[in-house]
Amino acid sequence: MDNTVFTLLPLMILVGFSLLVLVADMMLAREQRPALGIVALIGVIVSLISCSWLWNAPQTAWSDMIVSDHFALFSYIIFLVSTGLTLLLSMRYLSEEDIQFGEYYALLLLAATGAMLMASGLDLMTIFIGLEILSISVYILAGFARRNERSLESALKYFLLGAFATGFFLYGIAMVYGATGTTNIKVISQVVSEGTIRSQSFLWIGIALLVAGFGFKVALFPFHVWTPDVYEGAPTSVTAFMSTAVKAAGFAAFGRVFLSALQPMHADWTGILWILAVFTMFFGNITAIAQRSVKRMLAYSSIAHAGYMLIAIIAGDANLSSGSLLFYLLGYAFTNVAAFGIVIYLSRKGETEFDGKDYAGLAIRHPWLAFVMAVCMVSLAGIPPTAGFMGKFYIFSAAIKAKFYWLAVLGVINSVISVYYYLRVIFVMYFEKPAADYVHGTLSLGMKIVLILSVIGIFQLGTVPGSVMALLQNSMMVFQ
Amino acid sequence: MVEYLPILVMFAIAIAMAVVILVLTHLLGPRQDDPVKLSMYESGVNPAQDSKVRFSVKFYLVAILFVLFDIEVVFLYPWAVTYKTLLSSLGWLMFWQMFIFVAVLLVGFGYVWKKGGLQWD
Amino acid sequence: MEYALFFAFSLVAIVSGIMVITQKNAVYSGLYLLLTFFCLAALYILLHAEFVAVVQIAVYAGAIMVLFLFVIMLLNLRFESDSFAPPLPRMIGIGVGLLFAVQFVWIGLGGMGAAAERNIPEGTTAALGMELFTKYIVPFEAAGVLLLVAMLGAVYLAKRKHN
Repeated sequence: MDNTVFTLLPLMILVGFSLLVLVADMMLAREQRPALGIVALIGVIVSLISCSWLWNAPQTAWSDMIVSDHFALFSYIIFLVSTGLTLLLSMRYLSEEDIQFGEYYALLLLAATGAMLMASGLDLMTIFIGLEILSISVYILAGFARRNERSLESALKYFLLGAFATGFFLYGIAMVYGATGTTNIKVISQVVSEGTIRSQSFLWIGIALLVAGFGFKVALFPFHVWTPDVYEGAPTSVTAFMSTAVKAAGFAAFGRVFLSALQPMHADWTGILWILAVFTMFFGNITAIAQRSVKRMLAYSSIAHAGYMLIAIIAGDANLSSGSLLFYLLGYAFTNVAAFGIVIYLSRKGETEFDGKDYAGLAIRHPWLAFVMAVCMVSLAGIPPTAGFMGKFYIFSAAIKAKFYWLAVLGVINSVISVYYYLRVIFVMYFEKPAADYVHGTLSLGMKIVLILSVIGIFQLGTVPGSVMALLQNSMMVFQ
Repeated sequence: MVEYLPILVMFAIAIAMAVVILVLTHLLGPRQDDPVKLSMYESGVNPAQDSKVRFSVKFYLVAILFVLFDIEVVFLYPWAVTYKTLLSSLGWLMFWQMFIFVAVLLVGFGYVWKKGGLQWD
Repeated sequence: MEYALFFAFSLVAIVSGIMVITQKNAVYSGLYLLLTFFCLAALYILLHAEFVAVVQIAVYAGAIMVLFLFVIMLLNLRFESDSFAPPLPRMIGIGVGLLFAVQFVWIGLGGMGAAAERNIPEGTTAALGMELFTKYIVPFEAAGVLLLVAMLGAVYLAKRKHN
């Protein structure tokens, strides 16, 4: 057996552990179930180790269905970080919500597997099946609180719109196949650059449909309508996963298709994406200002961040763009999971409103918690020395290098707008009086680990970004 | 393509038969409708409620599990057809690829069974 | 002959597709959907995709159709609830749909001749199996995982008592 078989090792490990979780779930008594979270966590860690083991030998494998270049492996790391942190958040949260079922952990691992297939797929078929595994797992997870009508509503909305988007995506694949005669990304790139396309107009329809499909998954402007309701209704730990891992998977596949397969047509597709990016940023940021609920505000902020990330793809240089995109996604994963963790902790007592008693005076009641939340908000706003700042810095400089000056300027303007609503959270925490009747809860061990790791991650990426960026040199294998 | 012609002819005859019989009964049969004749017949008792009742979600669960295992069989079929041909080039790998596929679904089957997905109540 | 059949089946497929969404009785919609499925199967045969055609009949016209009817009966739709959307959004929806259709036909006609492929690969079960178990082995195994996910979701969400 040659070693190309092992390119799928991180995925095999996750599938294996999810099966283990399912089998163990059938044997364990109800009160032992949080232990399944630990099993899943071990799976994530083992999978991470296997990623580092694969790092030094980027290659294509499995009859060109899979590529394990640094782009794919680094995306794996982002998904695994996000999955691991979500698992740590979930163990106690599920018990409190009375939804402590083993399926949750198995589905999280399977969703991460689907995300990995999307990032490493070198064929549109692989990417499509990865997208399906990820999407269906997350539809179920969004409705995981079966007794909660809002959770079920969010699952139904996500499922109906998501099924439509998947249809668009599949139709796009068919059109690209009709135009180029192949679904392989390597060959599409060759065919497009040699200009031996059978039908230019089919390719155009295909690209438009692919943009719609990806646009839905990553919540770009005209395809974003599901985002606030789904993010708000889903169990908060699932929202944390959706806003980080699912978004990262969408962008990884988006990047792979547009920066590799369709890179030779770069000049043709930038126009439409330019418009989408600008609308997405302005829409996300301006509506986020009007939100009263922190969970909803974070949903709109995640739309805005999709706009920033799209700038990286528009810049269009395979290495520069993919490097800055992945860096941004990793920083965003740390920041958002921690922010949603704090939302979980505080919303236990009921509301998640700004003006509710939950956030007011948090700095006095829980100085450390308030500090972590402040760090997250600062990072999301893109203020140094945090991961969010460096991420934006890399993305905007990639845009400037590719001569998209206006896009970079509009991106910076949007960052400034976003400072307003992120800092309002900090203001409420530090300068408003706490409610008198507030009852302290305790932080679970998992939550503490999440918050500590996230703060370390945010500052590490924000202060010494070079070490990570060095890993992302020539991240994407380019085939020409 | 020609080998499918009999199927097409059969379809055409079947549709023609159905249409002809319907048209003939409509034209030839006497029709004298009155409200009593058109009302529902429940052994001579006045009907208590609409005959359309809401189905339980249990039917749906059975149907979707059937679809899932049906698709599994759809994959088994080309595997069985090509088994001998590919055995010479792939060897035992040919066996293991299907083994892994079925094993993953077997865990799913065990899960469905254990969680009572196959029980009516 | 092939072209005549293609246009005949396409026409029936499109007309019955329109009937699916315009019928007031949901069960009739389901039956028209069945007709659409059969026409699609015929089109697959015309494209030399025999295996897909058989699967279309067995899985779609068989199993998926049953699922549709169960869902219709589960929701217990009445004749009166004929329209899901109020008139204005419905008109806008139809308008946007027509716009897309015209656009697609217009662009598609431009590329029709060029994209036509003459040497159509064989679509028999054996030919499909040869591809599936050599080249497309990763998507195949992934499809197994996908089915597992669907199983988990169906049982978890639809089973009333959960322990």
